[in-house]
Amino acid sequence: MRLRIVKREPLPGWARIVIPIAAVLATLILSAIPILVAGGELWKSYFYLFYGALGTRFNLLETFVKASPLLLTGLAVAFAFRAKFWNIGAEGQLLAGALTATALGISLKGVPPFMVLPMVIVAGFLAGGLWAFIPAILKTKLKVDDVVSSLLLNYVMIHIMGALLFGPLQQKGSSWPRSSEIIAAAKYPILMPRSRFHLGVLIALFAVLVIWFINNKTTFGYQNKAVGINLRAARFGGIHTNSVILWTALISGGLAGLAGVGELCALQYRLIMDISPGYGYSGIVIAMLGNLHPVGVLFSSLFFSIIIVGAQTMSRMTGVPVYIAEVIQGMALMIMLIFLLFTEYRVKAVRK
Amino acid sequence: MTAQAPVVEMLSITKRFLNVAANKGISFRLYPGEICALLGENGAGKTTLMNILFGYYSCDEGDIFIKGDKVDLTCPKDAICRGVGMIHQHFALVPSQSVLENVIIGADTGKRIFLDLKSAKEKLRQIQKRFRLQLDPDAKIWTLSVGEQQKVEILKALYRDVDILIMDEPTAVLSPGETEDLFKTLESLVQEGRSVVFISHKLHEVMSISDRIIVLRAGEVVAEKKTKETTLRELANLMVGRELLEKLDKKTMQPGEPVLQIENLHALNDKRLPALRALGLVVRRNEVLGLAGVSGNGQRELAEILFGIREASKGTVRVKGDLLRLGSPVSAIRLGMGRIPEDRIETGLLMDLTVEENLILENHVSPEFQHRGLLNFEKIQRFCEELIRAYDIKTAGPHAEAKSLSGGNLQKVMLARELAGKPAVLIASQPTRGLDVGATEYVHQRILEERERGAAVLLISEDLDEIFALSDRIAVLFEGEVMGETPVEEASREQIGLWMSGVRKE
Repeated sequence: MRLRIVKREPLPGWARIVIPIAAVLATLILSAIPILVAGGELWKSYFYLFYGALGTRFNLLETFVKASPLLLTGLAVAFAFRAKFWNIGAEGQLLAGALTATALGISLKGVPPFMVLPMVIVAGFLAGGLWAFIPAILKTKLKVDDVVSSLLLNYVMIHIMGALLFGPLQQKGSSWPRSSEIIAAAKYPILMPRSRFHLGVLIALFAVLVIWFINNKTTFGYQNKAVGINLRAARFGGIHTNSVILWTALISGGLAGLAGVGELCALQYRLIMDISPGYGYSGIVIAMLGNLHPVGVLFSSLFFSIIIVGAQTMSRMTGVPVYIAEVIQGMALMIMLIFLLFTEYRVKAVRK
Repeated sequence: MTAQAPVVEMLSITKRFLNVAANKGISFRLYPGEICALLGENGAGKTTLMNILFGYYSCDEGDIFIKGDKVDLTCPKDAICRGVGMIHQHFALVPSQSVLENVIIGADTGKRIFLDLKSAKEKLRQIQKRFRLQLDPDAKIWTLSVGEQQKVEILKALYRDVDILIMDEPTAVLSPGETEDLFKTLESLVQEGRSVVFISHKLHEVMSISDRIIVLRAGEVVAEKKTKETTLRELANLMVGRELLEKLDKKTMQPGEPVLQIENLHALNDKRLPALRALGLVVRRNEVLGLAGVSGNGQRELAEILFGIREASKGTVRVKGDLLRLGSPVSAIRLGMGRIPEDRIETGLLMDLTVEENLILENHVSPEFQHRGLLNFEKIQRFCEELIRAYDIKTAGPHAEAKSLSGGNLQKVMLARELAGKPAVLIASQPTRGLDVGATEYVHQRILEERERGAAVLLISEDLDEIFALSDRIAVLFEGEVMGETPVEEASREQIGLWMSGVRKE
């Protein structure tokens, strides 16, 4: 007896919905192992995981707040990956957005207040977009590998940010690498009282709609998909593939930039080195988990944020360390990838 | 011969892919010292059956006996150990390594850490001498012609002491001269008592090389004939399962003004070596110019330049007097070029998109199908449904994925897309490669219809039958140059064959 992996017949359409759900359930079941290893009581842990994320009004809204940067970076990565532009640089693009929002948020003092926030948002979008433009230009003009260039640009941006935070952007009198607080007009309004549910959450949800619309209704969405499926055939068919990749990069980077603007203008109000706990990298996982579909990305970002927010309550109540959230996230990706593998292949037993 | 015990016996072999049975209860016997041809259209199950014998697939039902032993092959290595070798259409060679290195890859080297290249070379030399397969063992694969690479594959098999050699469509990439060489080699193999299975859909070749012919159709054996006791016509009808049109209905047409003019075209191939040298061709309205030649003599580069996906180092291409912007597919589309690429799966179509999305690829930005960047799906669907009807494309509907279509129907999608705009020029590169007889006939008729409509057609093909059947004029490409050109009425196969091998007219 020997096991072999063989190609299977294409699964029906419903499988595309059932498989991610099954993957999430499998993740939750298998999470029992690290929870038990960490000494948590199983049912209590699960209870507080979900109670912590969804159980109270504040916690529920907090889950959305946490999901919004994940949703934006997830969409950014998904949109780029759809065109096979391998944007691993959402982290750097997020920081570019946050950095630009800081610079404007501090300096736009003479501008009419109602204009400040739109300017900050647009500038943050463009900053992220332009940072993603660099690997796209390198890819299209010089055939430089986009995985490597977009990834390495993250570190370039981290160090640019560090240099600025210890230099011109550093708060006067502070010895920490942090900026001054942005002006009130540059802050995102809080939309629900007694919570942190802010404008950025709506922007992120709106972005889901916009990306869905671009993907499904527009010539650009069609071209973006065609380029991703077969660059050579898309070019043969008269699509300007280079310009499609450049525009895709701009939109992708812009979405990641918006995540940075949101973190800065809604939560931190000042730039600090730890503005992002790796949202850009989580975006890659979330995009894969969401099967690169905007609605899939919405659900996978919510799943991640439930785990992250819920893990804090779980940790307080049961003593399981918060790091369990990252273990669960990692497991979710691996299980999803395995499940996706089995949408195209199956295991077959072979007589030896 | 048949009195001997069979060297291979496959009994009631059934193999299903997904829900489709590729082989339905096929029984097959191979005797020592014979060349047995497996004849059938694409998709008849020939290659599948042999892949099972080669251990590449396992069969769902049935038994296999090799040299009298019942075997259960789980991988090609099992098969090779039992003396079965197979040469696929696409060679498995490492281009940057030498002939010798390729031959010994994976062969038993005595389980030592270091290769004994010296004795390996000696063994290879002896095999080469015995079968007159002359090749420099130290030549790198990428410097060899396709015919020579095939010799390397044969050497690989012989080096492993294979006595049952399966060859899958071995002549598809060879010139007539190389084909003859191959046949001599195969004959010397069977004279030594080895056996050869020759998979093909080319009737002429099967008639000239084989001792026995097994005709497959739709996964079943429909006939088994001694080659001496059958005829081309009988085989053709058995293979297709119906009477073939005797001849294409080619109307006499008076060629009109020049439409496609290629002047002094120079280009490099992917290895940065000259692929086209001062190539000049003219194709007129209502005319098919057939460009014959052995694969690898610049056809691919020429086609890609005309498609707009390759730049030339020098020269011009004009359509109705307007210059083609070299390297711009958009320019080719705007000038009214219908383009049928030889590799429709890699270059022509997007297999993960739907039929509809493939059909509108070139005109999805036209005002007809979009308004301010928003696609008009209603109009698109109507347009596509019409094309699907007009071209008789067998598909579940416009929203079916292209990869669910058969090769013939994919080519129909290709034709529908490229001909919908009534192009002034049609460039068809190997338009029937890999298609079955029915689909080939359809493509040929469409090409002739385009000629009657007024298109200037450039047909690039390695299939001489096709060239002769469709062309008004024939030109031959050799090492990037036009060796000669002749009206089809004055063309002889001998002359074309000479040009193809690089011999100019005295």
